[in-house]
Order: sequence, then C-alpha cells, then structure tokens
Amino acid sequence: MANTDAIVGWKTITFGCHVMEPGNSVNFRTGDWRSQRPVLDKEKCIKCGMCWIFCPDMAYTQTEEGYFEADMEYCKGCGICAHECPKDAIEMVTEEG
Amino acid sequence: MAKRVGIEVSIAIAEAAKLARSEVIPAYPITPQTHIVEHLSEFVASGELDAEFIPVESEHAAMSCCCGSSAAGARTFTSSSSQGLSLMSEILYIPSTMRLPIVMVVANRALSAPISIWNDHQDIMVQRDIGWIQTFAENGQEAFDLTLHAFRVAEDRRVSLPMIVNIDGFTLSHVIEPIEILSQEEVDGYLPPFKPRYKLDPKKPITMGPVGIPEVYTEAKMAHSEAIKASKRVIIKAWQEFADMFGRQYNPVETYRCEDADVMLVTMGSISETAMTAVDKMREAGQQVGLVRIRLWRPFPSQEFRRAAGKAKVLAVIDRCLPPGAVCGPVGAELRSLFYKVPGSPKIFSFVAGLGGRDVTVERFEEIVDKARAYAKKRPRELFEVIGVREK
Repeated sequence: MANTDAIVGWKTITFGCHVMEPGNSVNFRTGDWRSQRPVLDKEKCIKCGMCWIFCPDMAYTQTEEGYFEADMEYCKGCGICAHECPKDAIEMVTEEG
Repeated sequence: MAKRVGIEVSIAIAEAAKLARSEVIPAYPITPQTHIVEHLSEFVASGELDAEFIPVESEHAAMSCCCGSSAAGARTFTSSSSQGLSLMSEILYIPSTMRLPIVMVVANRALSAPISIWNDHQDIMVQRDIGWIQTFAENGQEAFDLTLHAFRVAEDRRVSLPMIVNIDGFTLSHVIEPIEILSQEEVDGYLPPFKPRYKLDPKKPITMGPVGIPEVYTEAKMAHSEAIKASKRVIIKAWQEFADMFGRQYNPVETYRCEDADVMLVTMGSISETAMTAVDKMREAGQQVGLVRIRLWRPFPSQEFRRAAGKAKVLAVIDRCLPPGAVCGPVGAELRSLFYKVPGSPKIFSFVAGLGGRDVTVERFEEIVDKARAYAKKRPRELFEVIGVREK
C-alpha cells in the first residue's frame, strides 16, 4: 500500500517528521482501499469534467478523446464523481475478489 | 551595561522577551500572566519592539498561531496560565514533535473547580508530557534570566524544541523585586539571531505536520524523545555561558545545606526561598536538614538529582498538585521511579501543599520534615499526604 520509502528508523526519520519533497503523495498508491470502482458510460458522458473537479483525490485525468478517467492506483471508490455527474454517466460497481 | 532596578517580575519578563527581539507574539490575557503580554503589546504599539503582536481570540488560537509563526522562521514568544494553558493543550503536543522552538512563560495557577486565580502547579502538571523543555524559576531575577536562556536553548539547532519557563503566579508574577536587566548589547551577545533548520518557504516548499501512519508514528515520537533527552547538555552549557558572561550560575538541580543532611526537602519554584529559611531554622536547632530544588523539570535531570540527593536517608517531596486517585504526587512519583530498587536510596514521601494560593510557611516545612522522619520509621498507609488541610 504505502510507499515503503517512509518506513525508516527513528535515527533516519526526517527532522520533525517534515516531508521534504513537495507533492510526494503521488508516491503513495492508496487505491487498494477501494471497495467500489466508477465505471463510465461514454454514451451518456458529455465531457463536462464535473467528476474531475469534484474528485477529492485528483484521481481523474482527461484522455486525448476528452473523456475523464480515474486512475485506479489512487481512486478510493468514494463515489463522489458518480453522485455529482449531471448525466448519471458514472456507475459505482462493487470490486470483486 | 546591566542595571539593577526595582521592577515587577512580569514586566521584567516582558523586557526579556523584548531584549530577545521576539518577532511574533500571539497571546491571550489571563490572570496572573496578563501583565507580561500587556507590556509586550505596549512595546509593540510604541515601536520599542519591532514585532507582530497578535491578539488572538483564545489560547487555542494563540498556540496555533505560535506554531505557524515559528514554522515560518520567526522568533516566537507567548505566555499563559491555568485554564488558558489547558485550552492550549490540544496544540501543545504539536510544536514539540515538529521541533518548533517557541518560548512560553507560564505563570502557574490552580485549575477550576472551584475557581481559583491563585498559585500552585496543577496547570503545568497537566502538561507534563507535552514534550517541551521545562524549567522552574525561584525568583524574579531567575525568571528574567531563564526567559533569555529559553530562547538560547530552544533555538539551538541541536535542540530545536519549544520551551516553557514556569513562574509562580502572583508570588513571582506580581511582586516587585530588584532585578538586573541586561542591556541590549549583552543580550545580543548571548542570543544569536534565530536560524531555523527548516522553515515554511514558498521557494523551497516542505510539508510540516503530515499524517504519521502506524509505520512512522513510533519513530517520530522516539526521535522527539531522544532529542529532548539530548537537549540536557545544551541546556547546561547555555547556563554555563550565561554564568561566564553575567556571573549568575544556574544548574539543573540546586542544593542548599545538604552536606550531611539525613532529611532533604525537595521543592520546585518560589516556595524554595521559604524552604531555605525553614532549613536555616531547623539547622540552628541541630537538625540535619537540607533542601534540593529542581530547576530543570523536563528533561528530568536524573544523574544530577541522584548526585544531589542520593545520600539522603529521607526525601520529603513537596508536590503543589493534588492528583485525585493517584498513588502519589507527580514529583514524588518521578523520584520514586528514579530511585526504584537503587541500593541505599532514600525513602521518599510526597506531601501535597500550597494548593490554590495557600502559603507554605516555615512552620509547614518543619511539620513536613517531622512527618517524613516519623514515616521513615513507621511506613504510612498512603504514599502522599495533604499538608495543612482542615478536617472540620
């Protein structure tokens, strides 16, 4: 789950437990908490980007075709995108296995 | 040159914070700390001190503000007391593990209920384990000196920890004493500008105060714990340099007439002065009594205390804090742990005295010594006793 770089001893832990590298949360792959995943229906999607705006983990990025896709390494399956989608184009599907 | 003036101890502490060139002072007034921050706000308003005085809406905000300003690299001072200190509690644990060298003077006062504005040590004993370095002053001069020492130690890059100077509310804070106020040149010579190891800087962004997952939290706390233990050397060295420069020597533990003493009183703070008078009186009457005073409370100076008091037969510890339902008062418990199963170590009895502004008189100290002697012969049922309490 978490980046194992953070697993250090008390002698080598950063001063004051500061994080010295800005934006390094991208190294923490937290998607395995997910119990549901968002599945997009491209027929309904109008590429408005509401999912991208509301995603609390910035898991969404825009594809070359203009659709928005959540990166499953970071998506926690909270369902906010599905809730906010004005076209009900996103369905939350239970993860199996 | 330093000059000796008759001055209220609170004002002397405000002078110390000014002479230290404090840059940010977030503070909320509370009796008996009020005069300290009131005078600092006047210094800032009049332009005598080039600092931000932030009149916050609560002590919780005061300490939050202190964390922010210290993290941004500003020399930060505040002061509090009693209920206000308790309101800070949630935040107090944060700057210590984050290694932010805030300096705070605490004018020690009782905690409600019943409401009491008067002096004891219950407010600070609640905060015993916040991980700040803590000293206790005995008199006004010491309060002034320890405030300067606190900046010097806290900001030392080997230490980088917040520090509290405890002064007894009213007994010190509101008393006018002759105090030698050091000159700006003298203080500048002792206290270099604050150069933090890390600070919040948009040009070089870092994150302070992140989540510590279970794989990290213990190591972060251990690093803090070892840092405060290691700070003792710097604390002592900074006192030594203070003595070299200004002639007043401070030690983690002080002794008074302890040579050949079989019973030693153990105190912290201003009651030690009365205790010395009591020791003189008992010595005149032929009793082998001495006094050990703890100046450095955290990190606890274990070696120094053992050296100072290890040869006593009996330690009569005065706790200015009543811990309901506990085995023993906090100072008594500390010393019992220190001497546990040490061969030939003294018998330790804890006496709770001086709560909520009640004076601890010479006669009370005599009573405590008499009781400690008696308990050394016949062990009492309880490990602490409240002194001077009326039954009817």
